[in-house]
Amino acid sequence: MNVLIKFLKRPVASSLLAILLGFAVAAAILATTGFNPFETFGTLFYGALGKPKYITNVIIKATPILLTGVSVAFAFQTGLFNRGGEGQYVRGTSCATIVGVTCNFPAPIQIPLVVLSGALGGALLGALVGFLKAHFGIHEVITSIMTNWIMLYLCNFVVSTEAFHKPNSNTALTVNPSSYTMVLPQWKMSDEGIDYLLKVPWLRDILLKTDLNFGFVVAIFVAVLAGILLTRTKLGYELRAVGFNPEAARFTGIGVKRSVVTCMLISGGICGLAGALNITGISPHTITTLASQEGYGFNGLSVAFIAGCSTVGCIPASLLFSGLTYGGMTVQQMMGVPSEIINIMIGVIVFFTALPAMAPKIATWLERRKKARQSIDTDANAGEA
Amino acid sequence: MDKVVLLLGITLMYSTPLVFGALGGVISERSGVTNIGIEGMMVIGAITAATTSYFTGNPWLAFLAAGAAGAVVALLHAVASVSFAADQTVSGVAINLLAPGIALFSCRRFFDGGATTPIVTKLPKVFGDGWMADTPWANLNVNVSTLIAFLACVIMWFVLYKTKWGLRVRAVGEHPAAADTLGIDVYKTRYVCVLVSGVLAGFGGASVTIGIISQFTPTAIAGQGFIALAAVIFGKWTPFGTYGACLLFGATQALTIILGGGQSIIPSSILAMLPYVMTIIVLVLFVGRSVAPKADGVPYIKGSR
Amino acid sequence: MEVSSEYAVQMHGIVKRFGAFTALDHIDLDVRKQTVHAILGENGAGKTTLMNILYGLYKADEGKTYLYGEEVGISNPTEAIRHGIGMVHQHFMLVENFTVTENIILGDEVCGTAGVLDMGRARKEVTKLVEEYGFEVDPDARIQDISVGMQQRVEILKALYRGAEILILDEPTAVLTPQEIDKLMEIMDGLVSKGKTIIIITHKLKEIMRSAHECSIVRRGKYMGTVDVAQSSENDLAARMVGRNVNLKVEKAPAHPKDVCLSIKGLTVRDERGIEQVRDLNLNVRAGEIVGIAGIDGNGQSELVDAIMSLAKARAGTIEVKGVEVQNTSPRKVIDSGVATIPSDRHRWGLVLPMIVSENAVLEHHGDEVYGKGIMLDYDKLRAYTEELVSQFDIRPAGCEEERISGLSGGNQQKVIIARSVTHAPDVLIAFQPTRGLDVGAIEFVHKTLIAERDRGVAILLISYELDEVMDVSDKIAVIYHGQIVGEFEQGTVGEDELGLLMAGGGSQ
Repeated sequence: MNVLIKFLKRPVASSLLAILLGFAVAAAILATTGFNPFETFGTLFYGALGKPKYITNVIIKATPILLTGVSVAFAFQTGLFNRGGEGQYVRGTSCATIVGVTCNFPAPIQIPLVVLSGALGGALLGALVGFLKAHFGIHEVITSIMTNWIMLYLCNFVVSTEAFHKPNSNTALTVNPSSYTMVLPQWKMSDEGIDYLLKVPWLRDILLKTDLNFGFVVAIFVAVLAGILLTRTKLGYELRAVGFNPEAARFTGIGVKRSVVTCMLISGGICGLAGALNITGISPHTITTLASQEGYGFNGLSVAFIAGCSTVGCIPASLLFSGLTYGGMTVQQMMGVPSEIINIMIGVIVFFTALPAMAPKIATWLERRKKARQSIDTDANAGEA
Repeated sequence: MDKVVLLLGITLMYSTPLVFGALGGVISERSGVTNIGIEGMMVIGAITAATTSYFTGNPWLAFLAAGAAGAVVALLHAVASVSFAADQTVSGVAINLLAPGIALFSCRRFFDGGATTPIVTKLPKVFGDGWMADTPWANLNVNVSTLIAFLACVIMWFVLYKTKWGLRVRAVGEHPAAADTLGIDVYKTRYVCVLVSGVLAGFGGASVTIGIISQFTPTAIAGQGFIALAAVIFGKWTPFGTYGACLLFGATQALTIILGGGQSIIPSSILAMLPYVMTIIVLVLFVGRSVAPKADGVPYIKGSR
Repeated sequence: MEVSSEYAVQMHGIVKRFGAFTALDHIDLDVRKQTVHAILGENGAGKTTLMNILYGLYKADEGKTYLYGEEVGISNPTEAIRHGIGMVHQHFMLVENFTVTENIILGDEVCGTAGVLDMGRARKEVTKLVEEYGFEVDPDARIQDISVGMQQRVEILKALYRGAEILILDEPTAVLTPQEIDKLMEIMDGLVSKGKTIIIITHKLKEIMRSAHECSIVRRGKYMGTVDVAQSSENDLAARMVGRNVNLKVEKAPAHPKDVCLSIKGLTVRDERGIEQVRDLNLNVRAGEIVGIAGIDGNGQSELVDAIMSLAKARAGTIEVKGVEVQNTSPRKVIDSGVATIPSDRHRWGLVLPMIVSENAVLEHHGDEVYGKGIMLDYDKLRAYTEELVSQFDIRPAGCEEERISGLSGGNQQKVIIARSVTHAPDVLIAFQPTRGLDVGAIEFVHKTLIAERDRGVAILLISYELDEVMDVSDKIAVIYHGQIVGEFEQGTVGEDELGLLMAGGGSQ
């Protein structure tokens, strides 16, 4: 009991409780609409973790939302709400594609060049949002939503231009292969590589059937780095001070406007990085005409909130999110359960993480009940004596 | 002349869902609750309207049902943000995640796994028929929800500024502790306002699926809720200001459509950016720092004054 | 005490607990009809809690309340209002962008049919009240445009409009100028003569001596008795409130001023609306002296501080720190040139509440190399530094370095600000309302620290709305009126009356 109470008082308990409730609500909906919840969840886990290939894909799909999640969490901790992750992500993909198609250097130069150009694209877009907030007082949520749409159409424009359009398709030209960040892209396609992989089926599954790439490693690195930046550096200290109390920050000599722009620059850069890594890491290695928002930025919000806006917490949260959505596809294929049940589940999880007081409240309630029972016990003992 | 009337017609058509959503934002934020979940409530309104109209054939009933459904979703937001003093942004984001999930899930359940509903009966049109039919005014052929939206705006203005309830709502949004000490129930006021915002957002969703188009599709509501929130800020949290802002957004949309018709020298994707670019420019030029209700987004906890 | 209809309010054996903490421990209160009854106690003693119980905002765990000899149970403000109780809170409960009339009628509106407001009739009713009690308030003015004294009168009108017979005033003089306090005293006398009963909550002895008939004293949630004010003295009341003899006079040796450290010449500053709030202001502060600026709130004090800190633009004139012009640079540059500030509102300008104590302890100096090399911030160093401050300045609770600063009491929060200002060895210290909202013990501490800093050779500019504070602590007193210094005096060469007159724009230079 004591362990439980202590646990419930920790912030992570709120997240876990919310996840539990997400599953519970989903189970109730499944049961009332005529599906077996246990079977569905079983399939869900199988679909996410059942084969090495599945696990790899979960990790691959977790990469961009881990980064957009870190971006949101980072901004949130400094008092800004970056709703523009989507646009910054798309900007990252567009910039990476443009540079990746135009330039063709050896990989050690090409990869950083392409990746950083994507990050820079996102960063500048984020900085624009920050600039409009700092200097004109326009709420960052509005401008970021607008830039999301502007970037979507800008991406479509890039696809349609003569220089980048791939004939007879709705995509742009593929970036030069020296930009690829998959694990052993050449070796796994060589005769030697295929010979070897035929002998090791699990590795064959991972390397040949997925686009396993180094993106997730970079993303984890960025998540940790962002955490250190926020809590252990002078810049992070200033950004948080501005976020919590801009007036006090100004009074004590911190440049508030500069901080807002800096924060959005970093936050946008992280989203841009997510876009760039998807171009270099997974096929088709280019941008496609978009009909609607792809949701990377929006899913980043969910990841960040499930993580309680801790940048490092985004690592497990992104894996959970990715596991649920990827496993959800199997659920739809194998059981005919609409995969939207996953969206509902994630929605419920985020909804309950919005009630951060919930777990500590339960803890206090348990404590009080325990005390009450103890006092009854002591009263009873006293009576016996 | 033709073009002007056409522009006006399309403007009114596109602005109607925005007006409903934005009015919902106004009433909620005026009482001190940020409602970023308007988009989600509109989605629920959209699916409910289409489904109800399909099964009953009565678009009026569908319209009302959409309002009720919006209110149910709003209740979630109210419980979280008023009773639990939750982070209203997070709660709103959760609703925006939940709502499309629920909408598509039910769509697939009701219509054999399809992501869209069949074509359903729409709300009746006003203008454009009768004597107007053969005149240029026929292009003003808007449906009745446009009128309802305008009426809702007038009513909200009257209630907010001319009645005691409006005075109380505004007081709760500015200084809840002051209202509380005068015996005004802050929680109840906020609950009612959030619910009304849900009803209006639900109407907004309906005005798309049984007003503009005649079915539910996954992209029927694609960002209108967020543009509506921009309109709230642009309109400085007043009903008429917000109405004007929605018309402006509608007009840029209409302009895009008219400019995009026929042989256009501007690439279509550049043209499509226009409404969004214009919104930012307008905000930079004319709005600057608009002042939100003082207690907007701040949960009220009794005793912490 | 016997329950009798001679008493407007009687509260007997009131107990209130918040969790494990007992805020009120069997408190008694007996308020005679048609008197001014003061409740005296330090900040946090429980006096406001007691009144919140009377007003129905909190529920007592034990005890009984009687009005005019009848037992009542008041569980919310609406019932309190119905029983004829009105409360004016320390932080005014006014909607800033509403008019005076709208604020007064809120919750008890004058309506035509179907809840439609009848503002014409409402205005007439408010005007009638204003005239009846001789308040000078414009019913159509917006709260944000009227003075604090007037806002307070609106609060009293709110209670009277609801038919209040018993008025509770929570720290009513905390925000008023000497002239406004006089006006308030007049108003209170007028109300009592019209049959009202007034309870004032305060920790200011002077006002009790001037206005109250009886005074009940509360110390740490316990009842310390009721005294007849006419038979008592300030020192007697203070000793009862604090529980020991306190020295109300500030002890200090004569100042030994040296070179001019802060020199302001011809300074003109406009506010956001473009109105000149500081005009052609001249002022010198020497090392080793305290210059106090006396003045009514809103006479350019905030703009002066903002201009010194480079937060507001100096339209004309210069500000020199040790001979170097710093006007229109940046707050960072001003701090680096040796200026430290104790801001007037610690929550707004002085602290970042969600951050921990040690983070707040370096707020102005986090960039210094001592607290971390290069871009890194070394939290071990932060902690060590803060531990030193905590013991040196007796910041409580001990060991609070890693706690959020929002958990500390107001006095201890202020100690953190003062500690961080003085330990970084400034040449100039701007103390703007340094004792606002602090209790007697903490005020004593702040004043002692200021004087100790002066003796170390710091040039101190003290800006306060509390005339007593300026008169007691400063070596030189300057009076600010409409953004100009309208008089400068050595300490002890000028009386309260003369200063009060200058502060209000009267008298001659």
